[in-house]
Formats: sequence, C-alpha cells, structure tokens
Amino acid sequence: MNANIDIDFNNLKTTGIKVNYLYVCERKLWLFDRGIQMESRSDKVLMGKLLGDNSYLREDKKEILIDNLINIDIVGDDEIREVKYSNRLAHADRIQILYYLYYLKQLGIEKRGVINYPKMRKREEIALTSEAEREVEIALMRVKEILMLNKPPQLQRKPYCTKCAYYEFCWG
Amino acid sequence: MGRPYYIFSNGRIKRKENTVYIENENGDKKAIPVEDIDTIHLYGEVDLNTKLLNFLSQQNKIVHVYNYYGFYAGSFMPRDRNVSGELTVRQVEHYLDPERRFFIAFSFVEGAMFHMIRNLREYKDTLEFQEKIKTELANASETKSINELMGCEGRARDAYYQAFNTILNNGFSIEKREKRPPGNPVNALISFANSMIYSTVLSEIYHTQLNPTISYLHEPRERRYSLSLDIAEIFKPLIADPVIFKLVNNNMIRLEDFDEDVNCCYMNETGRKKFLKEFDQKLTTTIKHRKLKRNVSYRTLIRLECYKLIKHLIGDELYTPFKAWW
Ligand code: SF4
Repeated sequence: MNANIDIDFNNLKTTGIKVNYLYVCERKLWLFDRGIQMESRSDKVLMGKLLGDNSYLREDKKEILIDNLINIDIVGDDEIREVKYSNRLAHADRIQILYYLYYLKQLGIEKRGVINYPKMRKREEIALTSEAEREVEIALMRVKEILMLNKPPQLQRKPYCTKCAYYEFCWG
Repeated sequence: MGRPYYIFSNGRIKRKENTVYIENENGDKKAIPVEDIDTIHLYGEVDLNTKLLNFLSQQNKIVHVYNYYGFYAGSFMPRDRNVSGELTVRQVEHYLDPERRFFIAFSFVEGAMFHMIRNLREYKDTLEFQEKIKTELANASETKSINELMGCEGRARDAYYQAFNTILNNGFSIEKREKRPPGNPVNALISFANSMIYSTVLSEIYHTQLNPTISYLHEPRERRYSLSLDIAEIFKPLIADPVIFKLVNNNMIRLEDFDEDVNCCYMNETGRKKFLKEFDQKLTTTIKHRKLKRNVSYRTLIRLECYKLIKHLIGDELYTPFKAWW
C-alpha cells in the first residue's frame, strides 16, 4: 500500500462539498468553486434540509464545523454520521464521509463513518482503510487540479444532468 | 418560483408574518404569500416601511418602482448574495479588450436586428424596411468601433420604427421615435414597453452572478444597470413589440388610454393595465426549447441568455444571441 506517499494536506484541504462534487461532476465542482452557483429553489434541496433538521430529533445532534471547511452533521463518541436524501449519488456521498474521517485523522481523531438514508430506512457503515485513505488523497489532488483550470471542464452528458441545478445553465 | 406583481393602486404594502398585504386607499386588503412573489412592480403611490423591505430582502425579492408617467425610476434589490469575483473580473476583462467587447456588443445588435426583421416579416409592405435593416446588419459586421456599431443600430432602428406606420392601424402612427419625453401615443407605448423589458431583464440578471453595471454595447456609465440595456435589445422586438402590435391592431388599446401633460404623452392606468396583462401573458408563454427539450417561458429565455453570456465570459462556450426559430 502507498499510504506513506506524502501529500501536502494543508495545501490540499478543501470543503466536503467540493470533494463530493468531484464525484458528481467536475464541471459542477469548477462552477461552484468560482461562485457561479444556482439558486436553490428546488424542492429537493428543501427536502434535504428538512430531513437533516428533523430526522434525528431524539439523538443528541451535534453538528461540528472545523476550519470553516468541514461541516459534519452528527458527531457521536466513536462515529460520525451524514444524513442523505437518496443514494442516487452514493459514491459521492461515500467519498465525502471518507474525507471527513481522513480530515479528523489528521487532527488525531479516529472514528467510523455512517451514512443514513432515512427515507430508505438504510444505513451504511464506512471505514477509513488504507486504500480509502489513498482514494481520498487522489481525490484531493484531482480537486486541486480541476480548480486550477482556467475554464470549466467540458460539458459531458450525465444521466442526472436533467435533475441538476445547473441543467439550464449547462445545456440551454 | 414566484411571479411578478404589478401594483397600480395607491395605498400601502406591508408585512404580517410570512404574508405580504397590499392595501388600497379604500382599505381593501389583498394577501399574497411571499413564495408567490418574484418581483413587485409599483406604479401607484405606495407607502411601505423597512419592516417590509427587510423581509423582502431576506426572501430575495425585488421591487421595481416607476414614476408618474410609468417610466422606470429605480429598484430595491436585496443585498447581493450571488456574487462571483471571478465572473466580475472576466466581465471587466471583456469590456477592456476592444475586440472582445466588440464581439459581445455585435452579438446583441445581431439578435436585436434579427428579431426586428422577424417582426416585420409578419406584415405586408414592410420589405423596404427589412432591406434597410439587413443592410445595416451587414454594415455593422464591417465596423470596427462601438460608435460605428451604434450608428448602424440606430439607423436600423429608425427604419424599424418607420415600419410601425405600415403595421399599426386604428389611428396610431409614429413620426419619429422620441424618448424623452415621448410626444405621442406610439412613442409613449414604446417607452413604457421598453421600461418593462428593462426591469424584467434586470430582475433576471439579478438572479445570476452577472454584474449588471458592466456592459458592452452601451457604455457602463450610460445608466446604472447598463447590462440590462444591452440584453434588453434582443428582447424588445421579441417580447415587447408584438404585444404593442396586438394591442393596437386589435383595438384593445385606444387613444383614450393615453394622457397628455405639458409636452409628455404617457399611458394612463387603464392603458398600463391592458399592456401589462398582455405583457405578462407573453412572458409566461412557453415554447419547447430545442436544446433543453423542455418547455420554457419567454421569461426563462432571458435567464438563459444571461447564462449563455456567463459561459462566454468564463471561456466555456462562445456566445451567440438568441434567435427565435419558430
Ligand atoms: S448539468 Fe450535468 S454537466 Fe452540468 S453541472 Fe450538472 S451534472 Fe454537470
């Protein structure tokens, strides 16, 4: 395993949402980073908010924000948890929580991750293995590369483009 | 997404919880849930307070104000939440470089002239005017400076407005286009219509990260939101003028719908109401978008135009002005 390849974490650290977008769409990542954001009037965004706000009222919900970069929904004694509306972009959600675990590890905190899909009554456990660490590192380097581009990555049709907030921007 | 509200009556607008109340002079109240509002256009004499403005700001709603004659006076726009430093820098970059500025400015002129000719094509005996506009479009593509470009555009517009005399019936005619102040009903109608396109475009620009003060065809100093003037060029003949033709030729608007004051002719309240009813209907009319494969309204077309301009500015896709294809 190459877990010992040194990366300059301080220079690479970014927000969770950007790591997530890398797996959703590189173009979306670039646009979002440049402040070209779409108004969130979609019901889906609202739904996500409602879920995040109401689903875990019984638990001691502790949201934490580290370095203004990492905003974790729920932090428990030995696990962190993210709540997601659907698993349509499960891959992207997984890298995001892996990134949080990675970030915490840099701060000397080791935890496990859980993604909750309350709507589907499903939970997924996520552990930061050394492969996963490597995956996070590669993702971080890739984010950096994309954000250095002078213009947005080329348009490429994705199956979920029509549901993306940028659809009219990209394809109109 | 809400819709625009046009308020004619004198009275008061206020907030109570999450509802906006419009109260006229007789004390009649109308409640509008805030989600239902996109923009409020004020024509009457209206009192409002900071409690309302704070609320509208928080909800990201715009208020446009018009003066006694119905001409755009100014806007209340919520604190700008949609800024992109990157985009502003690129907007300026394209303004400062003469070639890049010209490319965008010419595109606006091209879109405007395309829609002028398209309008005239619907009417008999306008061929001569269409030819003049075509000639100016050809000339425009040969010019080198914004000044010359503006000259071509001005001459094309003169020919276009001359054609109004052929198009318009029922005793409406225009000798020449007079803006400030409009001297006759047709000029008054055009001015009011242009005011409405201007504020509608401004609302759409506001919902994007474009900086409305940096423009290409018009000089940024010409008016505060000069980018709105630029983009409006394409949409005046596409959206506003067909509404004018319809209202006049179907005898829906009459000379009684105009008032005169010293040396200014303007549309009165009944006239404005008739215009705005048709205008609003036009804005919400949908067409099937060829690329999006979705139905989009005329209003959305304006938003899409802003997006296309953003894509051009960030080096994503070259800008071509909207040209109605149907
Ligand atoms: S519409 Fe498609 S290409 Fe555009 S940002 Fe969204 S996912 Fe990416």
